[in-house]
Amino acid sequence: MSAAILPMRRDGAQPPPQLSIRGLGVVYRGRKGDVRALGGVDLTIREGEFVAVLGPSGCGKSTLLRIVSGLIAPSEGEVMLDGVPVRGPQPSVGIVFQQPTLLPWKTVIDNVLVPIRAQGKPTGPMRDRALELLRLAGLEAFSESYPHELSGGMQQRVGIVRGLIHDPKLLLMDEPFSALDAMTRERMAGELQAIWMETRKAVLFITHSIQEAVMLADRIVVLSDRPGRVVEVLEVDLPRPRLADVVASPRFAEITAHLRAFFQVDGPLRGARR
Amino acid sequence: MNERLLNWLSPVLTFAVFLGLWHWVAAAGMVPAYLIPAPAAVGRAIFTVYREGTIWPHLFATGTEMLLGFAVGSAVAMVAAAIVAEFRAVERCVYPYIVALQSMPKVALAPLLIVWFGFGLASKIVLVALICFFPVFVNVLTGLRATRPDLIDLYRAFGSSRWRIFWDVRLPSAAGAVFAGLQVALVMALLGAVVGEFVAAQEGLGSLIQASSLNFEVPVMFACILTLAAMGAIANTIVRFVQRRVVFWEGAGGRGGTVVKGEG
Repeated sequence: MSAAILPMRRDGAQPPPQLSIRGLGVVYRGRKGDVRALGGVDLTIREGEFVAVLGPSGCGKSTLLRIVSGLIAPSEGEVMLDGVPVRGPQPSVGIVFQQPTLLPWKTVIDNVLVPIRAQGKPTGPMRDRALELLRLAGLEAFSESYPHELSGGMQQRVGIVRGLIHDPKLLLMDEPFSALDAMTRERMAGELQAIWMETRKAVLFITHSIQEAVMLADRIVVLSDRPGRVVEVLEVDLPRPRLADVVASPRFAEITAHLRAFFQVDGPLRGARR
Repeated sequence: MNERLLNWLSPVLTFAVFLGLWHWVAAAGMVPAYLIPAPAAVGRAIFTVYREGTIWPHLFATGTEMLLGFAVGSAVAMVAAAIVAEFRAVERCVYPYIVALQSMPKVALAPLLIVWFGFGLASKIVLVALICFFPVFVNVLTGLRATRPDLIDLYRAFGSSRWRIFWDVRLPSAAGAVFAGLQVALVMALLGAVVGEFVAAQEGLGSLIQASSLNFEVPVMFACILTLAAMGAIANTIVRFVQRRVVFWEGAGGRGGTVVKGEG
């Protein structure tokens, strides 16, 4: 089972894109006319690549994630997962939501197994894998606990483990730490990096935290205020593992300063802050 | 410790004062004994009806009406609420009528139901079922609709069938509301059974109260009323007990909120 958790990284040639998004646009029909949430987004994620999408609140980041997961259909453009157009739910994708989104009547391990159950597959054979992932997240002692017995940070870690249970090719994370306090948040970012370095999934990480994006991502895609468009794509060349002290490095400061310019009140994205 | 003792003792004290006042009113001869018998007389009456067994067939009849009517009415209500919640077309066709019927006093149907179903158990069971239907229906429907959309999205993202989402997510989400409805229905079930018996019945605590009223047997009436009160209280306690076991996650820290480990 552990072999499935730790896939080998293929070296050599440029890996093929896991996810490719072209000309993606979304228009919501509201009572006061149509609202454009996304306006022509292009984005690719290669195998094993950690991509952060950074944008002000309300720029359609979450919409982007819901489209990739197949929960809603785009108004225009196309999303290809492993070369196949996304139409409808995508069981080969893992999702981590803003909130832990755990079923309060299920134990931690049963919550982790929800993606298996939801697909109508037997959960029995996956229990060992679930326990192993929980161990990876430091939660093995809590596998039989109920969500209300855990702290907020632990609940969110259960949510992350659940996102990995079915060995997804791509992990979608929608501001997974935004509901946590600042200290827990920082620690969780560190833990996510550790889990990612073990599993090497392709990750699409939605966030509005510049620090978080620089800390975690191989590449950062900056979206503009609504309707969201890609205004910058930035490779983060900081070496891994990026530990807490990387924040103090000049390169880190350089990158964050560059990104922050996009969100300044008198910058090009006027009104981005609320 | 002291706090606990006080919590126990205070209501007992209230009851003792109440009994004392009652006894004093009856003993002072302010009211004729055939209107308000002394507590001792009521106690004797209760003792007698239970020891001689005259109350048992009535208790059994009322209990049967209450429980069967409650079971049938609640079961139908749950299935109906599930169908209405899942199928918008059904909701559009049926919901306005259910809302309209809800405000109608169901006990007004009692004489009609007696005409249709006779003097026996059947008419009371139908009346109780009708009365139980609405609180359960409304609560289950509300509960099913209040299911957190993010939990449904989680299942939908993996291509879950509607059926599975219903069983895995919607139904457990609604469990708290289901029990709230059952608690209300249970109290109303007892009321329905007694009203049905008032209208026409061969057996039951309601009919015994009425017969005693005609014979001015006030102590027996008190015995029946106290028995009904005890039945209601016991039934309510059982439902609450089952609720705490089934919906253990509610009240223990809410719905996925952040709670410090060790609490609850």
